[in-house]
Amino acid sequence: MSYLLRRLVRAILLLLGVSALCFVFTEMAPGSFFDEMRLNPQISPETIAGLRAQYGLDQPLAVRYGRWMKSALHADLGYSIAYNAPVAPLLLSRAKNTLLLSGTALLLTWIISLPLGVWTASRRGGLLDKTVTLLTSFLVSVPELVIAVALLAVAVRSHLLRVGGMTSSDVESLSAFQRAQDIALHLALPVFILVLCETAVIVRHVRASVLEVLGTPFVQAARRYGVSRTRLLFRHVLPVAASPAISLLGFSLAGLLSGSLMVEVVCGWPGMGPLILEATLSRDLYLVVGGIMLSALFMIGGNLIADIMLFTVDPRIRKAAADAS
Amino acid sequence: MRAKTAFLLAALIGVHLILLFGGFFAPYDPTSQNRELPYAPPTRLHFRDGAGLHLRPFVYNWTTSVESDAPDTYKEDLSHSYPVRFFVTGASYKLLGVYESHLHLFGIRESGRIFLFGTDGYGRDEFSRVLFGGQISVAAGLTATFIALLAGSLLGIIAGYYGGLVDESLMAVTELFLSLPWLYFLLGVRAFLPLHLSTLRTFFLLAGVIGLIGWARPARLVRGIVLSSRNRNYVLAARGFGASDLYILRRHILPATFSVLLTQASLLVPRYIAAEVTLSFFGLGVNEPVPSWGNMLTTLQQYSVLTSYAWLLAPAAALVVTSVLYSALADVFHSQLESLTT
Repeated sequence: MSYLLRRLVRAILLLLGVSALCFVFTEMAPGSFFDEMRLNPQISPETIAGLRAQYGLDQPLAVRYGRWMKSALHADLGYSIAYNAPVAPLLLSRAKNTLLLSGTALLLTWIISLPLGVWTASRRGGLLDKTVTLLTSFLVSVPELVIAVALLAVAVRSHLLRVGGMTSSDVESLSAFQRAQDIALHLALPVFILVLCETAVIVRHVRASVLEVLGTPFVQAARRYGVSRTRLLFRHVLPVAASPAISLLGFSLAGLLSGSLMVEVVCGWPGMGPLILEATLSRDLYLVVGGIMLSALFMIGGNLIADIMLFTVDPRIRKAAADAS
Repeated sequence: MRAKTAFLLAALIGVHLILLFGGFFAPYDPTSQNRELPYAPPTRLHFRDGAGLHLRPFVYNWTTSVESDAPDTYKEDLSHSYPVRFFVTGASYKLLGVYESHLHLFGIRESGRIFLFGTDGYGRDEFSRVLFGGQISVAAGLTATFIALLAGSLLGIIAGYYGGLVDESLMAVTELFLSLPWLYFLLGVRAFLPLHLSTLRTFFLLAGVIGLIGWARPARLVRGIVLSSRNRNYVLAARGFGASDLYILRRHILPATFSVLLTQASLLVPRYIAAEVTLSFFGLGVNEPVPSWGNMLTTLQQYSVLTSYAWLLAPAAALVVTSVLYSALADVFHSQLESLTT
């Protein structure tokens, strides 16, 4: 238990570290949200100074950090200047869309890649294995941006899928079922891009870890003793190969909020990505910091979940943890 | 395996040489506009005309048909043909960023225009822009990789060699950096820096930020190697003979990290080129009119451009070629490293 407790404490410390790092960077920022107002002769310097004071931007770093921590504890995460609203509700409404997108993609990715990785490893050198290996090694080396833009071009030209945004403009007039259908049609393209990029990575990892176990002496011994192929694979190989797959699943979970940023921007999906990009361009600092914090929360949380799962599943880790303490 | 490595290395060196001497291979200045020729399709090379077959290829100018201004109505103006000539003088450029030069690999007579990859919305030659844009994108990737590996190996060596509290605190910091959502963080860091800067400063800013976020993984790898080689017999023997820390690091420990650093470099360069491209694509990197592969792709965010002018995907194709070559090299290095350790 103490192992998991240590992991939890470590995760919290990491979150604190990320927030501190963000604030150190805000301190280094030479520009500010009010730069454009300053150019406007109709707005007096006093007004701007007043606004700065209102948002607490005139305070020293430590005071701002303290205030922000207090607001984070109230689940506000500071105040967005551009939207004139607390950051957290803004982020959450967009994060829901991001999670709809990346959650669907995650589910599909794992449904496809787990069997495909195991299958190609167990039939190593076969036609399917060779095709999949060639395809995935190409896909992982092509930048995601290029895949996204190319697929977007195909989608726009073929009119097969809806592109841009999350709903059609006439969404208000649709029934609940039609609305869901409409969202699904808009969802298809970004999900497809994400699944394509992610599957390539995960299939390769799953295949490699299954192959590694297949090469170990105990598996080869079992094979010589005449244990059947299927029994060997499911009874002996997969439980051992599960551990790296679980760490990988942790990575996938960790990237739920941050992994789809680029795809969201390219496809115009109203998730957190476009919001943070706009906030970056308008230097709405607290919104940016909030976005980083929320996605860091997922990053750290995802890895923590993987740790917990590994701890419950893998006796080797339990033993190592017991030895260490 | 050796032939494959040699081929990949040769191809990569070729790509980098072409980009390095981009001004020579590009027929035009990347910022010079032809406002009357927006979105012109790639110029066709001809070898055959009424008089028969020619060894020297020739081209025709694009003209818009009179009845319509729509940009997809470009026709070849058959009244004048322009033979392609080699080693011509043209727009001036800085060779290697220093030497003023007018020499270009190919070109045609002044009244004609040759656009191998077509033109963009301002009638700028896409081929020249891909070459000049590649200089910035690839150089940013290389610089960022250099920074990440330098910082990473320095801190990794310190952590691994001195151990104890130094090691623990440095590894805690790497864990912090590894748990950052890096694209979000990159955006965030970019948000804290001025948006409009000179190209040179933007370039170093981008490369620096990308590199400094990425130091954590190389640091961990190098630390692992230093830790394992610190207690090897030859190191202990050297210490027994009275060798200093610096001597042991330089002679016995640093060489052990090279193969890992090389593999890391071939992995990181394409990733960091893609990072620069993504940031510039978002409008947070190199600004117009200076081309980079990223900001050239930005116009494709308009669906009408994306579907009508396929040749504007040229920077994406160049990026794919570079990335695939680097990744294939990384694969080769990686498998060689594994066969070394087992």
